[in-house]
Amino acid sequence: MGKGERPEHMAPPDIFYNEDEARKYTTNSRMIAIQAALTERALELLALPHDGVPRLLLDLGCGSGLSGEALSEAGHVWMGLDISAAMLDVAAEREVEGDLVLNDLGHGLPLRPGSFDGAISISAVQWLCNADRRGHDPRKRMKRFFETLYACLRRGARAVLQIYPENHQQAEMLVASAMKVGFSGGLVVDYPHSTRAKKYFLVLMVGTSTAVPQAKGLDGSEPEEEEEAQIKMAGRDRFKRRKTGSGMKGRDWVLRKKEQMRKKGYDIAPDTKYTGRKRKHIV
Amino acid sequence: MKLLTHNMLSCHIKGVKNGYPFLIEVIKVSEHEADFDPDFLKHIFPRINWLAFLQGAEAMGCREGLPEAPTETYLEDEQFQKAFHHALLEVTLEEGSLVCPETGRRFPVAKGIPNMLLNEDEC
Repeated sequence: MGKGERPEHMAPPDIFYNEDEARKYTTNSRMIAIQAALTERALELLALPHDGVPRLLLDLGCGSGLSGEALSEAGHVWMGLDISAAMLDVAAEREVEGDLVLNDLGHGLPLRPGSFDGAISISAVQWLCNADRRGHDPRKRMKRFFETLYACLRRGARAVLQIYPENHQQAEMLVASAMKVGFSGGLVVDYPHSTRAKKYFLVLMVGTSTAVPQAKGLDGSEPEEEEEAQIKMAGRDRFKRRKTGSGMKGRDWVLRKKEQMRKKGYDIAPDTKYTGRKRKHIV
Repeated sequence: MKLLTHNMLSCHIKGVKNGYPFLIEVIKVSEHEADFDPDFLKHIFPRINWLAFLQGAEAMGCREGLPEAPTETYLEDEQFQKAFHHALLEVTLEEGSLVCPETGRRFPVAKGIPNMLLNEDEC
């Protein structure tokens, strides 16, 4: 993906996620970790009963099956839908347990009423906010998606859609469209105070008026290092906390950076007493 | 595509009222083992449209051993559980089509994946 550029601005999803991109995405260990963590959280927000009975779930925008695998791990039976044939091919190659369907969410879901116990979506639904082709009406597509999603869920079921909205208007547009077709619920924003850890979940409920679940990190706390993979987009704030007195980078910083680079697999010179020592100021 | 999926799929072409169940045209079917879980079978059984399931099983060649009109009590019988499990989750359509019963529109199935993308005039 381009540095800091949103995929949604580069091409429609079925073109952006071509064979190369699909393979890169799926073999990227950071991506795997992020998807697993997001799916865990989505499952938490789905609030399925803990009775050991597998549920029948939808994975909307399932892509190459990273999130679906997490659903299988949790013991559920799932069906995945995606618009990219290349991504689905990768999923099929990896022999994911869920059945896969090639489908555009903006066309609606080709499903019988009340057929599913729940639905999740990881990083996909924001694609509906853009007009990818001439003649696309995003609002009409969004409406079609939400009304068919509402119809295919059983009473009391939830849909948890993790999204990367470009801006607040997009998030609001999605919430409004969902509410209009009859869903209750709303937006849950985890770690709202952190640029890099902030995550948006659209939590939608059919036929109940339960309160929207509580978000994580409202007190300003951040997720633990191991849980949270780094997001390329807002890396700058990582170093904001580490100000040395004189505003210059001290020995500590140098040692930390070297260790970081070693972990990434670069060949770094060993640390000695000379590492990061103050040099003579030569004019 | 397994018969569990087929049982839930319905035609979403604009204006179609009777787009369920899809007729199955088989070119290639495969079988593979799936985890046997009676809890899931009991959970999903009430939701299965049995007539559609039988039609699908007939097309995919796994109709044998499935009763005409089972009730909840059948779920206690291990033989029924095994037959149900096998047809629902272990037989997959690799190549073929799903045909809308109302419009006759064919949705191709390739590498086990049904292509449900609609044309401009269908959505």
